[in-house]
Amino acid sequence: MDDADLGLRNRTYARFIKLGRAPTAAEMAEETATPVGEVRAGWRRLHEVHALVLDPDMAEVRMANPFSAVPTTFQVEAAGRSWFGNCAWDAFGIGAALHVDCVIGTTCPDCGETLRVTVTDGHPDDPGPVFHVLVPAAAWWADIGYT
Amino acid sequence: MLLFRSEEHVANWLGGRTPGATINVTKLSDLANAWWGDRLDPDWRPRTRDQNQAILDRLGLTGPFWTLP
Repeated sequence: MDDADLGLRNRTYARFIKLGRAPTAAEMAEETATPVGEVRAGWRRLHEVHALVLDPDMAEVRMANPFSAVPTTFQVEAAGRSWFGNCAWDAFGIGAALHVDCVIGTTCPDCGETLRVTVTDGHPDDPGPVFHVLVPAAAWWADIGYT
Repeated sequence: MLLFRSEEHVANWLGGRTPGATINVTKLSDLANAWWGDRLDPDWRPRTRDQNQAILDRLGLTGPFWTLP
C-alpha cells in the first residue's frame, strides 16, 4: 500500500464517519479532486489488500471494517448515530474504533430473540451472550461476506 | 461471526455441523478493542500478519483455529 492509497483509505474512512454512511466514488472524487476512475482504481487496490471491501461490481464501498455500508443484523448506536457492523466482532469494533460507549443490537440466530448489549468503557453490561466463529482464521478472507 | 444467547443456542444452531470457536462476550469486547481501536487513527497503518496474530495470542486465542494464513 503506497502513500497515495493509504491517504485515500484514510480519507474514505474519515468521510464515512462524517457522513454516517459510506461515501460514493463520486463524492471521494470530488473531495480528492481526482477522476472517479482513479478513486475506484485506488479502492480496488485497497480491496486486494483487505484494507476495505468493495461491492460485487467493484464500484462502491461495501465494508470499511468494522463499519458496513449496507444494513445488517448488527446495529450499533454510538456517537449519536446508528451504524451497522459486518458481523458481531465488527459490531463491537464500532464503539472501539470511535472510542465511545455503544449499544449493540442483534438477534440470536438460533431462537430469534433480540440481544442488546451496552458496552461502557469497553465492558459489556451482559456477560451472557456468546460469540461463535464458524470459519477458521486461515480462511477468513476466502469469502469475507460469509465469514 | 455471530452472537448467540448462550452456548446451548450455538449447539442448537449448528445441528450436526462441526463447531468453530466460541468465546464469551467480555473477551469479544477485548478482541474488538485490540483489533479495531486504531482503525480511525489519522496515522493508521496496516498491521502485519504477525502483528495481527500477536493480538490473538495475547487474548489466548491460540491453536490451529486461530492461526492466520
